[in-house]
Amino acid sequence: MTSARDWLRTDRLPHIYCTGCGNGTVINCTLAAISGMGWERDETVFVSGIGCSSRAPGYIQTDSLHTTHGRALAFATGVKLAKPDLNVVVFTGDGDLAAIGGNHFIHACRRNVDMTVVCMNNQIYGMTGGQGSPTTPMGAQSTTTPYGSAEAAFDLAELAVAAGANYVARWTAYHVKELTKAIATGLQTPGLSFIEVMTQCPTNYGRRNKQRRVSDMIEHMRTHALLIEKKRRLESEGTPIPEGMFTVGELVRRARPAMGVRR
Amino acid sequence: MSRIEFMQGNTASAEGALAAGCRFFGCYPITPSTEIAEHMARKLPKAGGTFIPMEDEIGSIASVIGAAWTGARAMTATSGPGFSLMMENLGYAVMTETPLVVVNIQRGGPSTGQPTRAAQGDMMQCRFGSHGDMATIAITPNSVQEMFDLTAKAFNLADRYRVPTFVMSDEIIGHMRERIVIPDSVETVSRPPLAEGELPFAAGDDGIPGFAPFGTGRHVHVTGLTHDERGYPDTTDAEAHDALVRRLYRKVESARREMADYEVTNPDAESVFVTYGPPSRTVQQLLHDRQDEGVGHLRLRVVWPFPEFALQEFADAKVFLMPELNMGQMAREVERHVDQPVIPIPKLGGELHTPAELASVLEAHR
Repeated sequence: MTSARDWLRTDRLPHIYCTGCGNGTVINCTLAAISGMGWERDETVFVSGIGCSSRAPGYIQTDSLHTTHGRALAFATGVKLAKPDLNVVVFTGDGDLAAIGGNHFIHACRRNVDMTVVCMNNQIYGMTGGQGSPTTPMGAQSTTTPYGSAEAAFDLAELAVAAGANYVARWTAYHVKELTKAIATGLQTPGLSFIEVMTQCPTNYGRRNKQRRVSDMIEHMRTHALLIEKKRRLESEGTPIPEGMFTVGELVRRARPAMGVRR
Repeated sequence: MSRIEFMQGNTASAEGALAAGCRFFGCYPITPSTEIAEHMARKLPKAGGTFIPMEDEIGSIASVIGAAWTGARAMTATSGPGFSLMMENLGYAVMTETPLVVVNIQRGGPSTGQPTRAAQGDMMQCRFGSHGDMATIAITPNSVQEMFDLTAKAFNLADRYRVPTFVMSDEIIGHMRERIVIPDSVETVSRPPLAEGELPFAAGDDGIPGFAPFGTGRHVHVTGLTHDERGYPDTTDAEAHDALVRRLYRKVESARREMADYEVTNPDAESVFVTYGPPSRTVQQLLHDRQDEGVGHLRLRVVWPFPEFALQEFADAKVFLMPELNMGQMAREVERHVDQPVIPIPKLGGELHTPAELASVLEAHR
């Protein structure tokens, strides 16, 4: 069994992530889950698009495909279907996946190609300097929503459920144990597994939205994450769900027909 | 035993791809190229390959690039609007030196234009369509036989030079039916392998790095960012970018003699037609009808990289005449290589020039 550290491309370190960024946590949890699978590095491929999240494959010691903005899932579909013996893991972000890549996202879920997709949702375009994305909450400040975002945000996990992915979970960069376990379950589930991770971008989100310290952002995730079982209970009781809460947990685990499953 | 068939051009292109060992096809349907995808949908699974209908042409070319990195010979087929959508990822394929084949059955543009009519309006796009400086390979069949032969050859060029290679055909050749001889096997060239201990983007004198497919333990990092010989991003060093882009450009441009593929008729002629694709058929008819050694013909099968030396074969040429199904795209390229006048003969709307039309332009410039 390997450890997460064994998977790092150490000659590429240090990484480009800002102090306090949550992406490192997500990479760590993903590699920890993969280590637990007993996968070989030579048989594993990481694929990504463009953005902060998508730089992750460059720090991992496997074959890796850092592609064009939004298209990671289409590239990954080609890799997996041409060679199903390879394990394919995709890193993406909210802008990459849900804006420019939205069409590929829903179709990859519909096809249910056997791969695991980890989305680092920091609710902002971080790499380009903090512009509003499709997951920026209504009212939030960004460089392109100076009067507060006027648009409703996408719920990426619910979108993946509706589009047909076999496994869908959402956690945060605070919930490292739950997140690692969810990614491991995703890796084990045939078909497309989608794990959305709410993660902090202190540089381009927090400081413009009254969460100036990294700890403010972590605390916000801790206090606003609502376990899906609890949410369902509250709904059945008719108890109103407090404003600003988001659900975490396993949204779906099922066995719809999948493509590209290793023979 | 080779076999003789009566076949459509698009089907012949698909058969050529299968014979060349193509084992992945990313599809998005578009007129007038769809017969290629339909034929591959039937045949590829039986050949042990993968056919996947994608959500758009951006996705189809992306899937082809992903498949190519597993070592498969991979392709797609499209037409103008789809080709436009592929441009960003084709630039990515150039930057990452991904071998792949795109068959473009050209139709009238711009925009949706004439879906069922032929054109040659994408000849500049296949060379300059994606952002940044780059070089690509484009080949131009003029018969059903060449749809087979040149599609198969396109895979060899793509693999040899590690660059996207375009079969720039059109609705006329794609939908034409002709006699075709299908050989038992076609010559195949493999990608130069990545030598032990060599870096994945380090190249020798020919400018072409060795290829290590995914899953072979070489841990290649592939990125569209400017990268060093290890494949690692290096985006602010002016010299690194200069060296990379010049290498990508030169590995194709400096090989134009070794890639050149053209036919010369009547090299002592003073009036010379220069053609590629279906207008060459009209010129062949004209020469057949007239039996006039004063009229020459240069027919290009490889258009990019442009073989300017082929023009020198007509030492006595006084004028070059260029019938094209566009406003004169390749005429400009010819113009910059010769001192003689170059006369574009544009034909738009989807039909070929008639021999009489070409004869009248010929007489006007003799």
